[in-house]
Amino acid sequence: MAKVLMKGNEALGEAAVRAGCRFFFGYPITPQSELPHYLAQRLPEVGGLFLQAESEVAAINMVYGAAGAGARVMTSSSSVGISLKMEGISYIAGAELPCVIVNVVRGGPGLGGIQPAQSDYFQAVKGGGHGDYHLLVLAPASVQEMVDLMAKAFDLADKYRNPVMVLADGILGQMMEPVEFPAEILQELPAKPWATDGARGRGPNLINSLYLEPEKLEEHNHRLFEKYRQMQEQETMAENYHTDDAEVVVAAYGSTARIAKAAVDMARKEGIKAGLFRPVTLYPFPTEEINQACAKAKQVLAVEMSMGQMIEDVKLSLNCRLPVSFYGRVGGMVPSTRAVYNEISALAQKGGEQA
Amino acid sequence: MEKVIFAEDRCKGCEMCTAACPKGIIVMAKHLNSMGFHPATVTEQEKCISCGNCYRMCPDQVITVRKEEKK
Amino acid sequence: MITIYERPQSLTANTMHYCPGCTHGIIHRLVAEVIDELDLREDTVGVCPVGCSVLAYNYFNLDMQQAAHGRAPAVATGIKRVHPAKVVFAYQGDGDLASIGAAEIVHAAARGEKISVIFVNNAIYGMTGGQMAPTTLIGQETTTSPNGRDAAVQGYPIRVAEMLATLEGSAYISRVSVHNNVNVIKAKAAIKKAFQTQLEGKGFSLVEILSTCPTNWGLTPLEAAKWLENNMIPYYPLGEFKAAKEVGS
Repeated sequence: MAKVLMKGNEALGEAAVRAGCRFFFGYPITPQSELPHYLAQRLPEVGGLFLQAESEVAAINMVYGAAGAGARVMTSSSSVGISLKMEGISYIAGAELPCVIVNVVRGGPGLGGIQPAQSDYFQAVKGGGHGDYHLLVLAPASVQEMVDLMAKAFDLADKYRNPVMVLADGILGQMMEPVEFPAEILQELPAKPWATDGARGRGPNLINSLYLEPEKLEEHNHRLFEKYRQMQEQETMAENYHTDDAEVVVAAYGSTARIAKAAVDMARKEGIKAGLFRPVTLYPFPTEEINQACAKAKQVLAVEMSMGQMIEDVKLSLNCRLPVSFYGRVGGMVPSTRAVYNEISALAQKGGEQA
Repeated sequence: MEKVIFAEDRCKGCEMCTAACPKGIIVMAKHLNSMGFHPATVTEQEKCISCGNCYRMCPDQVITVRKEEKK
Repeated sequence: MITIYERPQSLTANTMHYCPGCTHGIIHRLVAEVIDELDLREDTVGVCPVGCSVLAYNYFNLDMQQAAHGRAPAVATGIKRVHPAKVVFAYQGDGDLASIGAAEIVHAAARGEKISVIFVNNAIYGMTGGQMAPTTLIGQETTTSPNGRDAAVQGYPIRVAEMLATLEGSAYISRVSVHNNVNVIKAKAAIKKAFQTQLEGKGFSLVEILSTCPTNWGLTPLEAAKWLENNMIPYYPLGEFKAAKEVGS
C-alpha cells in the first residue's frame, strides 16, 4: 500500500473504516471536527452511517445503543465534549459494551482553548465518570501510530467488551504526515451473541448496568476488575529510546514525547546519558516497563502539556524510589525542545540528589 | 366450569377489576394472598359473560378469561 | 372452553414491582399484545428509561436495553440505525422524556427516526418519591411543589404530543388514556398504529398515554382514575395530533 499524506483527524477516520467500523455518532467541536467531516463523506461509501447528534450526551448514548446492537461503533470529541459524555461512558463500561472514543485534547478547564493539550489525562485514565471502571487508553504520537492504534482499539474493545479511548491532542489531530493503511477493509467481525438484534430463535438478551441488589453489583464490579487485571497483564505498550544506560529518563507521551526525543538527542550530543520512556497505553500504565527503563536512572523528568498529571502514575510506578521532577506547558502552549533539554541538563548535574 | 380465573398471588388488591365488571360479580376475598393483599375473586362464575373488562383493567396479569366454545 | 384473554407471549411471567393499581402494568400488556398480534416478538428491541419502568426489562419477553435517564430515544436511534429491519420502541415516563430527555425526544422526532415511543404521562416522578414533573398540572401538589405547582414559580405543564406533532419527522403522534375500559381499547389501537407506522417506514411515532400514580397522588387506584379523567384530560386532550391517513387502515 502506498503512503498517503493525510491529516491526523482524517487518518483516524479512514483507519476506523478499515477496522470495520460502520457507525459514527458525533458532534462538532474544534480541534477534532475534520474526523466527523471525513466520515460524513466516507462512511456512506462503505454502507456505513454517520450521524451528527443533537449533543455529545445524545451521541454517546447512540453509541451505547449501536454497540449493544452488536455494531463496531465510535465517537470522537475534544475535552469539553468528552466531559459531557462521561455519564454515557460509565454506562457503556457498566453494561460491558465495546466502542472506541477519540479525544483530541484541547486546553482546559471550562471552555478553555482550542490549542493542543494533555490536561485530560486524569479524566481518561482514572475513569472520569462515576463508579469504579476504566477505559483502556491508547496514546499515539504520530499520524501513522494513530492509524495503527485505531485498528487495535476496536479489537481490544471487542476482546474486553469495554470502551477504548484513543487520546490524541490538537497537534496530532491537525498535522499531516505520510501514512500507510491496511490494504483491505476488515469484513468479518467477531460474533456478538449477546447483542440485541431481536430474540429470533433464542432467549432475550439484555444490555443493562443496573444492579439494585448490592451483592450483585459488588460481584459485577469484581468481574469488571478482572478484565482490568488482564489488561494490565497483557496489553501494556511503551517505547524506549536510549534508556539502556540513561541516567536522566524523560517520561512523556503523545506529541510531547516527540519533542522530548529531540531533547534527548541534544543531551546525548552533549554527552549526557539521557533517554525517553514513552507509554503508548496510558491505562493500563506500563509499570514494569518504566521500571526497566529507569534501571540506571538517577533522575526522572515527566514532561506534559498540562500542570502535571501523568507524573503521579510515574511516581506510583517507581514507588517513589527515584526523584521525579516535572516540566510542562499548558493552556495550549507547547514545550520547546530547548526548554526540555535545559531541564535534562540541569538534572544531569544533580546526579542522584532529590530534585 | 370457571370462565374467569384469578392467579390470586399476583393480585395487589387494587380493585380496578371490580369497577370494570359489568355484572358486578368481582369481589375482594376475605383471606389474604402471599403478598398480604385481599385478592379479587368471583364466586358466581355462571354470571360471567367472558367480556374481558376485568382482564383489560388488571395491571398485574392476574386474570385469565375463557368462554364456552360455540358448538 | 377456550381461553380468550391471557398473559401475552411478549410479557414474562414475572410479577411486576409497580404499586397496586398503577396503570404501567396495563400499558406494558397493551404493548405486548400489539407485538404478539403483529408477530414481532422475535424482531423487536425495547429500550427502557430510568424511572418506575426502568425494570421493564424484567417484564418484556424481548431483547431489551436499559438507557441512561432521558436518553432512550438516542439509544433507540443507535439500535434502529444498526438494525433498520427490526422494530425498536422506547418506553419512557414524563420525567425521563419531557424533562432531562427533552432534547433527545425532540431531535429523534425531528430526524423522523423510525422508532416508536410509548410515553407514559402520570404528571409526577414516581420512583424517586413524587416530585414535580414537566407534566405536573398547575396547582398539583407534589413533594417538590408542596403548595401546589405555581406557574409564576415553576412554569407551565408541557403538552408533549402537540409539541412533537409540529415536527415534520413525526408521522404518528397521539394521546390516549388507560383510566377505564373504553380508553384502554383505544390506547391499544393507537399503540398498534404507532408500530404499524414504524413497520411502514413512515417516520417517528409516539403515543402519549395518560396514566395514574395512586401512591404519589395520594389516592386509591379508582380515585386516581377519576382524578385523571377530571384533571388531566381537560389539560391533555385525547386524540391524534399527527397521523398519516393510510397507516394501518
